[in-house]
Amino acid sequence: MMARSITAEPELTTAAPRRPAVRPKRRRNSTWVGIVGWLLGIVFFFPVLWMVITSFKTEAQAYTNTPQFVFTPTLEQYKTVFASGIWPYLANSAFATIVSTFFVLLLATPCAFALSLRPVKKTRDVLFFFISTKMLPIVAAIIPIYIAARNLHMLDNIFTLVILYTAMNLPIAVWMMRSFFLEVPGELLEAAEMDGAPLRRTVTEVILPVVAPGLAATALICCIFSWNEFFFAVNLTATQAATVPVFLVGFISSEGLYFAQLCAAATVATLPVILAGWVAQRQLVRGLSFGAIK
Amino acid sequence: MAEVTYDSATCIYPGADRPAVDALQLPIKDGEFVVMVGPSGCGKTTALRMLAGLEEIDDGSIRIDGKDMVGVPSRDRDIAMVFQNYALYPSKTVGENMGFSLKMHGVPKDERARRVRDAAKVLDLEPLLDRKPRNLSGGQRQRVAMGRAIVREPKVFCMDEPLSNLDAQLRVQTRTQIAELQRRLKVTTVYVTHDQVEAMTMGERVAVMRAGQLQQFDSPTELYDHPANVFVAGFIGSPAMNRFDGALEDGSIKVSGAALHPPEGQLRAAKGHGKLTVGIRPEHLSIGGDGELTLEVALVEDLGSDSYIYGRLAGDADSHVIVRATRDHPRPGEVVKVKVDTAHLHLFDGATGLRVGE
Repeated sequence: MMARSITAEPELTTAAPRRPAVRPKRRRNSTWVGIVGWLLGIVFFFPVLWMVITSFKTEAQAYTNTPQFVFTPTLEQYKTVFASGIWPYLANSAFATIVSTFFVLLLATPCAFALSLRPVKKTRDVLFFFISTKMLPIVAAIIPIYIAARNLHMLDNIFTLVILYTAMNLPIAVWMMRSFFLEVPGELLEAAEMDGAPLRRTVTEVILPVVAPGLAATALICCIFSWNEFFFAVNLTATQAATVPVFLVGFISSEGLYFAQLCAAATVATLPVILAGWVAQRQLVRGLSFGAIK
Repeated sequence: MAEVTYDSATCIYPGADRPAVDALQLPIKDGEFVVMVGPSGCGKTTALRMLAGLEEIDDGSIRIDGKDMVGVPSRDRDIAMVFQNYALYPSKTVGENMGFSLKMHGVPKDERARRVRDAAKVLDLEPLLDRKPRNLSGGQRQRVAMGRAIVREPKVFCMDEPLSNLDAQLRVQTRTQIAELQRRLKVTTVYVTHDQVEAMTMGERVAVMRAGQLQQFDSPTELYDHPANVFVAGFIGSPAMNRFDGALEDGSIKVSGAALHPPEGQLRAAKGHGKLTVGIRPEHLSIGGDGELTLEVALVEDLGSDSYIYGRLAGDADSHVIVRATRDHPRPGEVVKVKVDTAHLHLFDGATGLRVGE
């Protein structure tokens, strides 16, 4: 048919044949992916589950040679943990985590904004400088840090940890936030400028609401890293400023290896992070599916 | 409302070897609807962004009501812009999107609400004022972007291909709505598009651009009837104008062996130009027994009301000919005679491409 009728074209495209032959194979593949995914998930989750289960056992039950799944749960271990003075440690951890995360976001947001939306010639170098600070293992830096903290009379001081955690998380936060800022369409900034918004209003009214999920994701990562940090805490604190990871280790040495008790303490230590992740879950998912805003 | 003047306005992107916009000269009258059109990369969007203050003016100037805009930030130019992908604020409702600029300019809340409502009424957006942009269709988003521009009552509207993300049917509909709205508001408007149909139907005057340079700035009919050069001749009009190599010989224009006899004035003007490009629009060719040209029909497009016949001149395999015909048309493979309406011949210099004669 040489004479082409333009109006007939859409019909031709909708009548394109489907290929049902491909489908069952794809479904079988996705079943396998599902099975492997679940297996991996269980492998990763099982130790956590075992920890929680053990924390409700008595010490004797925790040590039975064929592990027991059916037992009468007891809160005895938790009572011991809370009675042994975990509260100051929890408070220290919470303070160091929240305050350092606040400062990280406060510093990383304008930094990432500049590096992504107002790049200059050396932007790449600056970015690599940030990430290069993470290349030196902390062990290699601990002696100078210790001496500096001692000379400043800041050993066993919670603000030392706040400063270190802020410094530790800043590069990661800048990189994360930058990737979120890069997703902001440039036209939004131009539209705000045309609408007469000064920079401060553009950031607070236009950009921050758009990158809020990314901000939440970054905050969560910073919280997790700070909460779990052990090396600085164990080396630079003693009694006043020690955090939960230090408490956990102390628990082992002072009481001997009481397995059920340790599991209860570890569960308590894990809980805030799980809660934070659960609260931020919705924002996280939005943060990960960021391209959808357009 | 304002006069806009591009006075040798030039923009050079860093590292580029030629200007993106090269000494653009464009006087735009108060309340006029001007369309900038051209193929991608021709500098039309850059020219618009220079007016909006989103791109530097490296040389020359742009004046709004006689005031030089070089160095004046966007927010102080009193220009509203409609972006290609609308750039609506995703976290704000339709009403907040439209009222944002008023808020930034310190307009009191109740007046803001009134003006947003008025603009929403004009654009049929009233039921959508509390929705977020992500819950709108493409056409609705486009209207919100328009609403955000008109609510400000600015001196100038800048529109950067605002219809390119709409489907064909909606585009035609919105096209007339925008043109009508502009005529009613009488705000000077600069509209950028790559679609020459949009340019022809909407613009009071159209600036055709290519490679950073203005080719012609005229009314749509002038562009169509008197294209200034071969590029404009080929770009304006759909399907495009037929162009053939020709030469002046023995008092007639020779095209592929056939002698065409244009009006006396045109022949006189053609003297002294060695090679010519001869242009003739598809509607000025007709299939007929005593035609000057011989056409081998390759393809026929039937549009219902009429049809377009595509083919080659006999003896010239490289030529492309389009003839507008009635429904009663030859079949592909046939060889037919084509008659040229020589009163509508366009002649261009073969070397420079510039128009010869009237």
